[in-house]
Amino acid sequence: MDVLLLSRLQFAAATMFHFLFVPLTLGLSILVAYMETKYVRTGDETYLSMTKFWGKLFLINFALGVVTGITLEFQFGTNWSRYSAYVGDIFGSLLAIEATAAFFLESTFIGVWVFGWNKISKKAHAIVMWLIAGASTLSAIWILIANGWMQHPVGYEIRNGRAELTDFAAVVFNKFGLLEFIHTVSAAYVLSAFFVMGISAYHLLKKQHIDFFTRSFKISLVFGLVFSIFLAINGDMHAVHVTEVQPAKLAAMEAHWETTARAPIHLFAIPDEENERNLIEIGSIPGLLSFLGHHDINAEVTGLKDIPKDERPPVFLTLLAFRTMVGLGTLFPLLMIIGWFLRNRLVESTLYLKVMLFAIPLPYIACEMGWVLAEVGRQPWIVYGLMKTADAVSPIATSQVAVSLVAFILVYGLLGATGFYLITKYAKKGPESAIEN
Amino acid sequence: MALQTIWFFLWGLLWALFFMTDGFDFGIGTLLPFLGKNDDDKRIMLNSMGPLWDGNEVWLITAGGVTFAAFPLVYSVMFSSLYSALMLILFALILRGVALEFRSKVDNPGWRQIWDVCIFVGSFAPALLFGVAFANIFQGLPIDENGLYHGTLFTLLNGYGLLGGLLFLLLFLVHGSLWLSIKTEGDLHERAAWTANKIWWALLVTAVAFLIASKFKTNLYDNYIANPALFFFIALNVLALLGIKLYLVRKAFFKAWFASSLTIVLCTFFGVIGLFPSLFPSNISPEYSLTAYNASSSPLTLKIMLIVVIIFVPVIIAYQAWAYNMFKGKVTKKDLEYEEAY
Repeated sequence: MDVLLLSRLQFAAATMFHFLFVPLTLGLSILVAYMETKYVRTGDETYLSMTKFWGKLFLINFALGVVTGITLEFQFGTNWSRYSAYVGDIFGSLLAIEATAAFFLESTFIGVWVFGWNKISKKAHAIVMWLIAGASTLSAIWILIANGWMQHPVGYEIRNGRAELTDFAAVVFNKFGLLEFIHTVSAAYVLSAFFVMGISAYHLLKKQHIDFFTRSFKISLVFGLVFSIFLAINGDMHAVHVTEVQPAKLAAMEAHWETTARAPIHLFAIPDEENERNLIEIGSIPGLLSFLGHHDINAEVTGLKDIPKDERPPVFLTLLAFRTMVGLGTLFPLLMIIGWFLRNRLVESTLYLKVMLFAIPLPYIACEMGWVLAEVGRQPWIVYGLMKTADAVSPIATSQVAVSLVAFILVYGLLGATGFYLITKYAKKGPESAIEN
Repeated sequence: MALQTIWFFLWGLLWALFFMTDGFDFGIGTLLPFLGKNDDDKRIMLNSMGPLWDGNEVWLITAGGVTFAAFPLVYSVMFSSLYSALMLILFALILRGVALEFRSKVDNPGWRQIWDVCIFVGSFAPALLFGVAFANIFQGLPIDENGLYHGTLFTLLNGYGLLGGLLFLLLFLVHGSLWLSIKTEGDLHERAAWTANKIWWALLVTAVAFLIASKFKTNLYDNYIANPALFFFIALNVLALLGIKLYLVRKAFFKAWFASSLTIVLCTFFGVIGLFPSLFPSNISPEYSLTAYNASSSPLTLKIMLIVVIIFVPVIIAYQAWAYNMFKGKVTKKDLEYEEAY
């Protein structure tokens, strides 16, 4: 194992672990803010206890998101120092803006929200949660603009042996980053809806706190229904843009070897990267890949054979990630639509409630797979077409990275287990815990 | 040139603000096992920083982010050179963060004890290591012409580096015990004030030793000798340090804490002024040093970031001041009944 592989594993572990908590922060903050607003508007105490119950789960999750996010900012320096030196002029400023414009707001006001129940008016307290929700969304915008630049670099020139900023507006309004933002945030909202609906289903199945959890379920159902449909639409827009600027990723997503018109999608395929072919292709639908990439079944789609071997991403992992994400992404609106028809007889719909309880992990898997697709599918580039990952790694001792990787796995493993334990504990306990405690 | 100079001092200021704000949190966390005689005491200590520590910690993220944005080469060389030290700090901060959040989530003494250890380690280690890191930067590191670091974690643990670590630790301990003196009452308050008084003496001795050692181990004084007016800042620093004691004796704890804040900022600036224009000096050859001029971003990026900082930093300070003001007043046992209390 060399520094490059270890650093890649470490970054993958750190980002994927971090992203277990980010989506729920993004979505649940909005749901909690909405519940608190309902409380302020109606004075209905149930909304207050909903705010506190879901707020408690939000806070445990938030704490884990924050602490795991800190390491990420520094890992660009520790493990990817040559990347940082080469593109810091652009990339660094986006991270710095994220901290000053968004993260500060979020972290300062979370303290106010937690400790300020008796210090400010009810209305101000609800506004604080909206500020937290807004700041976390703003945070996502800047981070995804930064990632969007790695996917599709714009607004720069190579000067003084590095990439220097020439057009800030081009970087900020980079279509790739904005599409990623919309897609990620929609996915986060869907995940949050599933989280609330799944936990609500648990209690509804036990026939406890029925009013409380029916309301929680329905609020999230509307939220999840809207965003799961929107997610599919913006995912499709995203695929078209990927086709345009990252042909290698699209080809790898579908293990598409030959450049052809009316390119097919195989329902099932096992790629053989050595021999540049697929071992198995089952259920080919002609023209579907052309349609996915170009919205035209007759369009020509570049095959992997027309991309130099050293510029191709790992095909199998990219394909697997894409399939999993899209498969789950198709299931989500269906589950939401079923929920819509059952919304007025939830308690009797035990099968559906059971499905929703066990569906909680699914959007997590879909989100992680989305990131695997985005990042693995971009390989071997760290900045698409501009800098290779192999050239980006720090010139440091292998032993250092080996030790820190082991530490990451141990510490994050323990944190994950503890976080899971606490969230489960409070989720199962139900709303009294939020009132008494 | 002017932009790079402005950014050099802004860089110093952001680090100083981080040490000033999160510094008292580190102090409190380190004092937890010593001043917290029982669980209520400990909880009062933790709740005295409860609503604020998270926002304080973001100054670190901002200082790191700004290093990346304004001086990417420094960010790249500094963090890869100090890899192990930085990883230790980051893991410590992770432990502290989750420990604060999780400690009171399960009512079990064993559970709490585990997190108390995490809070202690997570506060003590960064306090010490930031000092070690900065003292080593003051002194210069073995960086070659390619920005490669010829050393290990143990290279940093030299006499001057450890003295710097001790200095930071004592600064934060005084800062934290003063904050506790402001925020608590009764026995705990007495113990906190007593601790501030005692540790102040250790701080004074260490600070004097550090000023003298800096003469022999670093080139920090070159800038001061070239421009003697700068000695004013050192004089001010000494006055702030004495001011802590002066107000402590009069039991004016808030003023003492304020003097301590000023001391931390000026101590950071003692080094920053001395370093100028170096951000990361090489002790192999001065030519290999990373400076505000050879390691900065392009003028366009520096300009954009300057606008961002000029707009947002005052706004951040305003809402953080609002939050500090909201949570002023003593933390008492009654506050521990509050359902969201740590």
